[in-house]
Amino acid sequence: MIKKSENIYEIKKKGMNVPGRIFASDLLIKEVEEKTLEQIENVAKLPGIVEASFAMPDAHMGYGFCVGGVAAFDIKRGIISPGGIGYDINCGVRLIRTDIDKEDFLKKRKEIAKEIKNKIPSGVGKKGNYNLDLKELDEILETGVNWAVKNGYATKKDLENCEDQGCIKGADSTKVSQKAKGRGRNQICTLGAGNHFLEIQFVDEIFDNVVAKVFGLKKDKICVLIHSGSRGLGHQTASDYIRAMEEKFGWKNLPDRELACAPIDSQLGKDYISAMRSAANFAFVNRQLMMFAFREIFKKYFPKNKLELVYDVAHNIAKFEKYNIEGKKIELCVHRKGATRSFGPGRKEIPKCYQKSGQPIFIPGSMGTSSFVLVGTKESEKISFSSTAHGAGRVLSRSRAKNSLSAEKIIKDLEKNNIYLQTDSFRGIVEEAPEAYKDVEEVVEVSHKLKLGKKVARLKPLAVIKG
Amino acid sequence: MKYKFLEHTADIKFRAFGRNLDILFENIALAISEILSRGEKVEQSLKKEINIKSEDYESLLYDFIDELVYFLDTEQFLVSKAKVKIKGNELRATLYGDDALRYKGLENIKAATYSEMYIKNKDKFWEAQIVVDV
Repeated sequence: MIKKSENIYEIKKKGMNVPGRIFASDLLIKEVEEKTLEQIENVAKLPGIVEASFAMPDAHMGYGFCVGGVAAFDIKRGIISPGGIGYDINCGVRLIRTDIDKEDFLKKRKEIAKEIKNKIPSGVGKKGNYNLDLKELDEILETGVNWAVKNGYATKKDLENCEDQGCIKGADSTKVSQKAKGRGRNQICTLGAGNHFLEIQFVDEIFDNVVAKVFGLKKDKICVLIHSGSRGLGHQTASDYIRAMEEKFGWKNLPDRELACAPIDSQLGKDYISAMRSAANFAFVNRQLMMFAFREIFKKYFPKNKLELVYDVAHNIAKFEKYNIEGKKIELCVHRKGATRSFGPGRKEIPKCYQKSGQPIFIPGSMGTSSFVLVGTKESEKISFSSTAHGAGRVLSRSRAKNSLSAEKIIKDLEKNNIYLQTDSFRGIVEEAPEAYKDVEEVVEVSHKLKLGKKVARLKPLAVIKG
Repeated sequence: MKYKFLEHTADIKFRAFGRNLDILFENIALAISEILSRGEKVEQSLKKEINIKSEDYESLLYDFIDELVYFLDTEQFLVSKAKVKIKGNELRATLYGDDALRYKGLENIKAATYSEMYIKNKDKFWEAQIVVDV
């Protein structure tokens, strides 16, 4: 591995079709494990990969692709790999703004956090409160947030301010197995467990006044951040297609069996893309219904205030996007696994209201630390296929976190920082402690300096709700 | 030793051992139970029969874990242990477990993965390595 320039490292080895390129500071590069480098190299060996196998500043060891991995494939020669998207298809983040003052919220904080916890089931095995029949589920898979608008759970404005307008076209519910539907049917509007969370935050600092204004962010006002995905429906869809692809196309020539893949233009490749889009639509609706629950609860405490969607971003997904390559506009299939799209001004894919500024990007910190709002840039198209980080990125294994940290100390630290935690169980808390993650400020700084996504605002948590 | 956990930054990695394939898979079920319950003892009030056919031992293992995760998500069945019989590439098992809603703070296994997976027959015993996505 060599340092190419400030915050950019490169790997070139025999057998790689393109180099591996890591965006990291001198501090962050030290935290990148050997296995992560191996995973970046493996991706660079896949057919049809263009330019480089990228790792974002928060990259760490995953399965198949590393987490924070980005790779673009030629649509004629390239492949699509579920392991390059992740089991939690369209795991993503939604940011909601309000006009509520921090001080007013603090007076009602505990009641609100408790009500949210009751209204949005979290943890393992819990069913959601929406009883969907299979016909309705299929409609969600194919029409996404449009279903929520039709049923009064979303406004037209919510639809506009969601990535892909809340519905990725080309979804086909018949490509999602009955098994996957069985897992997802009862899980809509449930948070899940692990690193998923709901956070009520306030705008602590604004770095870019002009863009913050466009995003509707004002200092000391309350925001809500929702981090969740497509639940069991997405997990099962990924598993089903990994199995189908290795059966159909084999895996003996692959550097890692988890990189099972199909040519993009094969029938199986197309089927997976339709299924992935269906699961992604399910995830958009999942986050939308949670937002609806927040609206219902906030209405009781702050009847005059509206909760408005800033944006909803996917950070586990593959998209077909056009880029200028050697003077030609070419469509590529961009895999982002634990990476956020960062389109700058003028991209037709982003909402009208963000056409001049670029799209909003959300990079949540670990539990109890700050989250960041960034804005997409024109420059990132050339550097990273319009991608940046998706979070702080783990640095400590769960077992090591469990052995070296105590739940009592973590809760005390949260209290000291004036953060209220609402959870069913403190057992999982140690695994999500800030010490188990990289420094989110450092991750964001690398993104900002390289112009992968530029800093707009910092948000600080006041209440955290977890499964 | 039935199984042991190894370091993995994001997910959970473990190795399981058994003097034959059946016991290896039974010990894998015990490891999965420990991961899900975070070490709490899981009662055996419920029983389930499963039957899986796959192309090789690794895919059999992938599908076996897939079934355990599926039952937890759809029927709130939390596995405690399994009695396994493998013939060729076919696995029959009786799963013993409990209602997941009786336990708090369960770990969420999203799926099995092939990442770093192997099943090896070493002289007198079998060994498997698995990473599950959590």
